[in-house]
Amino acid sequence: MELIYALAIGIFCACGVWLVLRPRTFQVILGLALLSYATNLFIFAMGRLTLNRPPLIDPTAAFDASRYDDPIPQALVLTAIVIGFATTALFLVMLIASRGFTGTDHVDGVEKKE
Amino acid sequence: MALYLILLLPFVGALGAALLRANARNLEAWLAAAIAIACASLLATKYPDVADGRVVRVAVDWLPQFGLTFGLRLDGFSWMFAMMVTVIGALVVVYARYYMSPADPVPRFFAFLLAFMGSMLGVVLSGNLIQLVVFWELTSFTSFVLIAYWYHRPDARAGARMALTVTAAGGTCLLAAVLMLGHIAGGYELDEVVAATQTIHEHALYPAIIVLVLLAAFTKSAQFPFHFWLPRAMAAPTPVSAYLHSATMVKAGVFLLARLWPVLSGGDLWFAIVCSAGLASLLLGAYAATFQRDMKGVLAYSTISHLGLITLLLGMNSPLALVAAVFHMFNHATFKASLFMAAGIVDHETGTRDLQRLGGLYQAMPITATLAMVAAAAMAGVPLLNGFLSKEMFFAETIFAGEALWVRIALPATATVAGMFSVAYSARFIRQVFFGSPGEMPREPHEPTRLMLLPSATLVLLCLLVGTLPGRTVGPMLDHATRSILGAERMPTYSLAVWHGLNTPLLMSAAAFIGGLTIYFWLTRKGHPIGALTPVFRRFDGKRAFHVSHISLVRAATLVVRTISSTRLQTQLALIVVSVISAATVATVGRLQFDLRGGWTRIDVAFALMWLVGSACAIGAALQAKFHRLAALIMVGCAGLVTSLTFAWFSAPDLALTQVSVEVVTTVLLLLGLRWMPKRLPLELQNRNRPRARARRVRDATLAILAGAGLATLAYAVLMRPAGPGIKDFIVANALPGGGGQNIVNVILVDFRGFDTFGEITVLGIVALTIYKLLRRFRPAPEVMTTSSEKRDGAREPSDPSAALPTGAMLAPAVLGRLVLPMAGVVSVYFLLRGHNEPGGGFVGGLVMATGFIVQYLVNGTLWVESRMRIHPLYWIGGGLLCAAGAGMLAWFAAQPFLSALEWEPSLPVLGKLHLSTVLIFDLGVYMLVVGTTTLMLIALAHQSLRSYRRMAEAEQMTSIRMVR
Repeated sequence: MELIYALAIGIFCACGVWLVLRPRTFQVILGLALLSYATNLFIFAMGRLTLNRPPLIDPTAAFDASRYDDPIPQALVLTAIVIGFATTALFLVMLIASRGFTGTDHVDGVEKKE
Repeated sequence: MALYLILLLPFVGALGAALLRANARNLEAWLAAAIAIACASLLATKYPDVADGRVVRVAVDWLPQFGLTFGLRLDGFSWMFAMMVTVIGALVVVYARYYMSPADPVPRFFAFLLAFMGSMLGVVLSGNLIQLVVFWELTSFTSFVLIAYWYHRPDARAGARMALTVTAAGGTCLLAAVLMLGHIAGGYELDEVVAATQTIHEHALYPAIIVLVLLAAFTKSAQFPFHFWLPRAMAAPTPVSAYLHSATMVKAGVFLLARLWPVLSGGDLWFAIVCSAGLASLLLGAYAATFQRDMKGVLAYSTISHLGLITLLLGMNSPLALVAAVFHMFNHATFKASLFMAAGIVDHETGTRDLQRLGGLYQAMPITATLAMVAAAAMAGVPLLNGFLSKEMFFAETIFAGEALWVRIALPATATVAGMFSVAYSARFIRQVFFGSPGEMPREPHEPTRLMLLPSATLVLLCLLVGTLPGRTVGPMLDHATRSILGAERMPTYSLAVWHGLNTPLLMSAAAFIGGLTIYFWLTRKGHPIGALTPVFRRFDGKRAFHVSHISLVRAATLVVRTISSTRLQTQLALIVVSVISAATVATVGRLQFDLRGGWTRIDVAFALMWLVGSACAIGAALQAKFHRLAALIMVGCAGLVTSLTFAWFSAPDLALTQVSVEVVTTVLLLLGLRWMPKRLPLELQNRNRPRARARRVRDATLAILAGAGLATLAYAVLMRPAGPGIKDFIVANALPGGGGQNIVNVILVDFRGFDTFGEITVLGIVALTIYKLLRRFRPAPEVMTTSSEKRDGAREPSDPSAALPTGAMLAPAVLGRLVLPMAGVVSVYFLLRGHNEPGGGFVGGLVMATGFIVQYLVNGTLWVESRMRIHPLYWIGGGLLCAAGAGMLAWFAAQPFLSALEWEPSLPVLGKLHLSTVLIFDLGVYMLVVGTTTLMLIALAHQSLRSYRRMAEAEQMTSIRMVR
């Protein structure tokens, strides 16, 4: 399970980096999305992988901290997801505006001469 | 209390002056003058204390953990200086009222002038040396903005920049020196430092301190070799020059030297550096002043020269010389400020300050001429004026300064030569402007209004009074000032009498007069006009050195930037990726242990299959993002869903919910964005096979695989070792008792780390507003607007807003979509309310609600929705922020810190026992803000489509009209 999880992060990260290095804005925005998945999964992994132990306290049972998954990476990732959404939206608008102003969707705002 | 008021009033006044109307010249001047006079009166009330030799102190704790207090300290010396600052300030304000033209934006002028006055008072009154440095830098800054007041003029900008660079560099040196002093003395209070004089003198850092303090003082007081900024600063309005560059700011340097004189003076090093810099400035300033064409240029170089005289006196290590220095600080301020005012009046009335063009003004403006003559005579050191007295004291000191014979001869001789030039430029200044044949001036000169003459007249009167009755007028003040620096036991005896009998200083004065007049007449003999260029002195031009170093610094920086960076995003990102990979490699290589004893989770086939799909989607998206955008977008969405399922799988229901709802919204956003993407051309497909493109792809693929492999290795290494002791146990244990919620993640978000969440939602709001603002000026790409034919099929045409139901393909989605809204509303509120105990919360709830709204836009079209319901996202954002902040502030009423949770458990008749908490209000704020932000972004984007339709229609209309014609 851990191996699959780690490989999955690696694949997302590789695809994300590849896309981020591409010249077209739309590629970059998708790359950022993939990179943020990889990063969020990576941060989430800091709490280790646990099955069926959501951090929801059962008030009827006796208290035992080991019965719950680590909530701190989860809280951090939740914040990261929302902020990631905001930056994606901002980047999208920048992309559209830059396209409108420069007439190209190249990341530098000018078509490269080959 | 009065001391605080003295310091505070100018700053408050600056704020007030800045807020007045641009043409409120009278009001501004009244305000500024009233403040200056109020400060002076407050100071006057403290005179009895100062006269008794007491030191008035007030202090409040500033950073007590570092032993810093914000303290003000008033003794005789600071009283004298503060009085000069406020009284001359008041006079300058009155003068400026008449000098500034109605077209100048006066609020800025008076606001900065008052701010400068406050900073200068801060320098003078600081009891703490660190605090003194702060105000010192403030004077540099305010003088910068004042010099650059007419910032449309390049010379003003350049002069201001140069002044700021030089003086601020000095300020940095001063900070270093003060830190050393405080370190050695064990405290930053002036009194502590003075008490530790012996320790400081014996310390190894003593020479370094001297050099740093002198750098600060010399840059501020425009001493050689840092004098070059002062003439350039003459681009400032003349009231500024009169105030800053004669009376106050440039005096800050010598003020500092006098203030620290008991601590630092006494050694040979002090004598050597201070005397040589002072002597060089004295002589070179006087020499250069003789050759200036600009009236203000003469005065600027003369200021350098007179400050050099003061510096020289301070370097002589003799208490009597200190007395002379303090006396000359006062005298110079009075006559130089009034001379600047005269120069300003001449400039104001005739339109020029060029000595070559001026002449014969005595006929037109006799009062101005008389005032200027008296002040210039004081500057030259004519008997019965105040300049004479301090100059006599100076001459007397030069005779006894050194031990060595050559010093005892060279010093008086140089002083006399400098005195000659001083007489020469004073004579030239007066004769060239007010006598001789009338020059060709841009305007017909006449006497200015009486009130404009008043400040200058007051100062000239002061020169006369001090010059004739020194003992009665300035005597006590000078005594208190020097006594407060030296202490009672080192206080020398001196006489302020006008007539000391026939002695060497008097002979030197006489020699200076005869020599000076000879120089002047020799220089102005027939056929030898004084040019703008100064013979010989050009070689000592610090200005050029400044420019050369400035330009080479900029060049070097540009070169460095050009070699190590790129303006191209791809290169930058590649560099970032490379550096991240190398940093991670350096940090982990050889240290990664794969502890295989860590608990393996059994492989689940479903999970493996799910990730097979996820990875395929990611790779597919990576390959197709350029030519098949929609497909790539769908695949990225799919990868997001797999991510969210993974969160659900590994005990993170909250994350799964959030990820799913964000995924929906993001996908809709990107779909809306697709519309503005340009078409890919077949040509680009050919370019792919070029060798360079291929090499780049290989490079990027290598980087991507390296990064992916590295992250996978790191993740695996972490997952294979048991979790260390963290704060998890604490948080889990306190979530229910401390936070009152069973959903620990939600408790962390809204309670334990509530402030963080508050910041986060603020960021969200800011992003939404940025998007809104960016899109308001949006110009769609031309071809999106022009290729209208294919876009005008039924589904894309804006639907008819008045119809209850759309026709055609959108009928079924519209009916279903409308049912979604109330359901989304219910579900979102449900998520919000249960969030504290079960998966859900404000973020998820808000996103669900926003999705409900978006669906309406998608299926019914913007016009249809907005003719029936206005969402007002900005209100949602504002309301959400207020709600969250209000929930946080409620804690204050229970005397708790911001964002502490308050709980209330009422028993209601029907509902039974309820558990209410302020975190619910906070979460409601989050909810509202998320709804507002998300809808604002999407609606703003949706409106772009609408707008481009409109433009299209307009464009078509225009073409049809043209065709008809």
